[in-house]
Amino acid sequence: MIGYLVRRLAQAVLLLFGAVTIVFLVLRVIPGDPAALILGSQATAQELAAKRDEMGLSDPLLAQYARHLGEIVRLDFGDSWRLGGDAFAAVLDRLPATITLAGFALLFTLALGFPLGVYAARHKGKLADRAVSYFSLTGQALPAFWVGIMLVLIFSRTLNILPATADGSALALVLPAFTLALPFLGWLARLVRNGTLEELGRDYVRTARSKGLSERVVFNIHVLRNTLTPVITVLGLILGNFIADAVIIEQVFAWPGIGSLMIESIQNRDYAVAEAAIILIAVFYIGLNLVVDLLYFALDPRVTLETV
Amino acid sequence: MSALLEVSGLQVAFGELRAVRGVSLTVGKGQTLAVVGESGSGKSITSLAVMGLLPAQARVVEGEISLDGVNLLDLAPEELRRLRGEELAMIFQDPLSALNPSLTVGYQIAEVFRRRRGASRAVATGRAVEAMAEVGIPDAAERAKAYPHEFSGGMRQRVMIAMALALEPRLLIADEPTTALDVTVQAQILRLLRERQRAGLAMIIISHDLGVVARTAQSVVVMYAGQAVESGTVAEVYGTPAHPYTLGLMAASPSARTGRRGIRPIDGNPPDLTALPSGCAFHPRCPFARERCRTETPALRPLPSGRTSACHFAEEVLAHDRAAGA
Amino acid sequence: MSERSAVRRRLGVGPAVAATVLGLFVLIAVLGPLLLPYDSVATRVGDRLLPPFSTASDGSFALFGTDQNGRDVLRQVIAGSRVSLLVGITVVVVGGLVGLVLGLVAGYYGGWLDAVISRIGDMQLAFPSILLAILLAGALGPSLTNVIVALAVTRWVIFARVVRGSALTTRGREFVESAKVMGASDLRILVHYILPSCVQPLMVASTVQVGLTMVAEAALSFLGLGVPLDQASWGSTIANGRDYLASAWWIAAVPGIALTLVVICIGLLGDRAGDGSAPAKEVAAR
Repeated sequence: MIGYLVRRLAQAVLLLFGAVTIVFLVLRVIPGDPAALILGSQATAQELAAKRDEMGLSDPLLAQYARHLGEIVRLDFGDSWRLGGDAFAAVLDRLPATITLAGFALLFTLALGFPLGVYAARHKGKLADRAVSYFSLTGQALPAFWVGIMLVLIFSRTLNILPATADGSALALVLPAFTLALPFLGWLARLVRNGTLEELGRDYVRTARSKGLSERVVFNIHVLRNTLTPVITVLGLILGNFIADAVIIEQVFAWPGIGSLMIESIQNRDYAVAEAAIILIAVFYIGLNLVVDLLYFALDPRVTLETV
Repeated sequence: MSALLEVSGLQVAFGELRAVRGVSLTVGKGQTLAVVGESGSGKSITSLAVMGLLPAQARVVEGEISLDGVNLLDLAPEELRRLRGEELAMIFQDPLSALNPSLTVGYQIAEVFRRRRGASRAVATGRAVEAMAEVGIPDAAERAKAYPHEFSGGMRQRVMIAMALALEPRLLIADEPTTALDVTVQAQILRLLRERQRAGLAMIIISHDLGVVARTAQSVVVMYAGQAVESGTVAEVYGTPAHPYTLGLMAASPSARTGRRGIRPIDGNPPDLTALPSGCAFHPRCPFARERCRTETPALRPLPSGRTSACHFAEEVLAHDRAAGA
Repeated sequence: MSERSAVRRRLGVGPAVAATVLGLFVLIAVLGPLLLPYDSVATRVGDRLLPPFSTASDGSFALFGTDQNGRDVLRQVIAGSRVSLLVGITVVVVGGLVGLVLGLVAGYYGGWLDAVISRIGDMQLAFPSILLAILLAGALGPSLTNVIVALAVTRWVIFARVVRGSALTTRGREFVESAKVMGASDLRILVHYILPSCVQPLMVASTVQVGLTMVAEAALSFLGLGVPLDQASWGSTIANGRDYLASAWWIAAVPGIALTLVVICIGLLGDRAGDGSAPAKEVAAR
């Protein structure tokens, strides 16, 4: 049991290490001279060379990599040339906004996706079921950033009932959170639908009926309980994707989270901040996957760590 | 002796396919009826029809199922639901899949008292523990908090029995109750069921194991390809089968009385319900088959001493029994 | 029975419609810019922000209106369709080929080769592919080639996984074993026995990925990290239209509708081919 935990944790650390390496490779191997960027176009060749030495850019790649790893372990991503000050601190500063957004999106997904899936299962093969199925397919195919803009067009510019950008009010959360939720809402609905139908066909449902329980009790207590387990575990995956997708959606709604910070940083070649942001997102993504795996054990009484 | 349950001319169809093709059976009050036959013979479907728990694709096309003179097929679903648990109960072959994996067994038994009798959670839990203790589950108060997968097969079947009998129904349908269990546990479960029998519980016990039947039931119905082919008291049917299929089952059964002849499986395979043979469905596998069996479907007909057989040559089969027994 | 076949018949229209829409899209992407060329630098102040169904000052008909520089939106969308198609196809071909080769090698040979390839894939999937694409595209700078490179780098893993899975199952089959016994070379076995088994799943994955890639390209261009501004892309037109939502909604709406339509049609066909199962994989592959 401890063995599994350790193995799973080691795996997560290895993945994170891989993510750090890939980001390092992208940022260091790619054309563009960070020294020139910082000093600007007025700098002389001597000044550039001195800056390069100072930044360690003339060292062999492997040495740079080793040093970089050490820095990242200490959460030292360097300073932001654009914002001034520590890059990691700048990212942490924006983290709460992203977490709030992803949290609300998760709420939307659950509150709408779950009932929709149950409804589709109860009306299997009927119009409602096919509608949910098409909605699921469409929701996943839609370009979310465009949907966000269209929601702004409808609810902010035309109907004028919801703010288009973060204005500090709670209402400002509605459009970005819904945009983020939309692709997963349909996906969850379909997952719940299929899970529910599968559970409905199981023997224990027949047993529950043989006890003379009402259909309502059979469904709400016996079936839903078993449908819920895979749903809860998948919520972690969805949350991880929200934090990733927020990178684009935040840009649409000028939401002050790590996503928009990352894009601004990349657009301005402020790679220290961009790297800190992307690594933090990777940490969340990998961490949530880990939590999902562990949750699975906690929720399903049949699965014990010994059986893995 | 008046009948508790009387099924007559029952036909059940899955779409175009007839899984049960005219079955009649009677269970007297406090009596135990065994239904035997190979898998696919329609015995489980018959019992599910009695419970009103047929799968959604299946429907009763003909026949009558009367409990105490009331035709269950005329009842509204809600009325039938109230009879389940209260009058009719059922236990299944595989208690692991028949129990909800994510609810404790205590909850699953207690909910019968809560939902059907309006008992409070505490009272219901207490009654569930009593019910578990009654079927011989040691340390019931503690075990009630455990999940189905944490029980052994035999203990799980005891849980099922406790649950089915919680509301003291008059008829218990046991569908292969011991098939998934090893021999010693089988004996314990059967002993438990026989105790309940003595307390006045009527049962339908479905099994392909003739030994189980012999030790539990008073009368027996043999099913083949969705039809009853022979019925009578256990002693008669076992002692002198009046249908070649029953004869074959006896020869194929290790634990039946006739085991001394050695185990000899019935030739051929159970029939494909979508393409039944003409005439008697058993004729391709029957050592007694003649031309008449290919063309004329035999009706279930009474023989002397109140038993029935659906064989054109039942008398010949009986004569064969006597010759072999001598 | 009849109810089910009725449902099937109703569903049966979907793929036909989808295929027609996609055929039209390809035709427009290939021929459209020749018939209705788009000039990104031409500005006609007099024709600014004309609504759909207007007539421009030179007498031309602006079906989908004009943007803030008086450029025709329809022409922009047609030019954008070319970029979209080009990126979608090229990325899937390049990523698909790389994935095919690495997946075959990993699945057939197994051992350390498989371990290395699979671990690199795992690491790459450790963070969402769109992030890696944004980072790469941002670092490489805006150009059509760079967009293709950035997206192909993020997509190969998905193809490699699909191919590896098929190769792994086929490798253990009896006919492969007997071919080995007969002394067939690895290359021969790979090409004649393993490869054919991977084609179908690879085609299903490719169909889905063309759609996802087109959305990803639009997203990159929307963020200003995709194709340069002098080339029209649906994403950059949408980004441009965002600033004029209140006065000229059509600039952002029309390219988005085009993109949505194409992607849904691809999804419909892919769903058909892949039976739409395994939604968990869809999320993992995003």
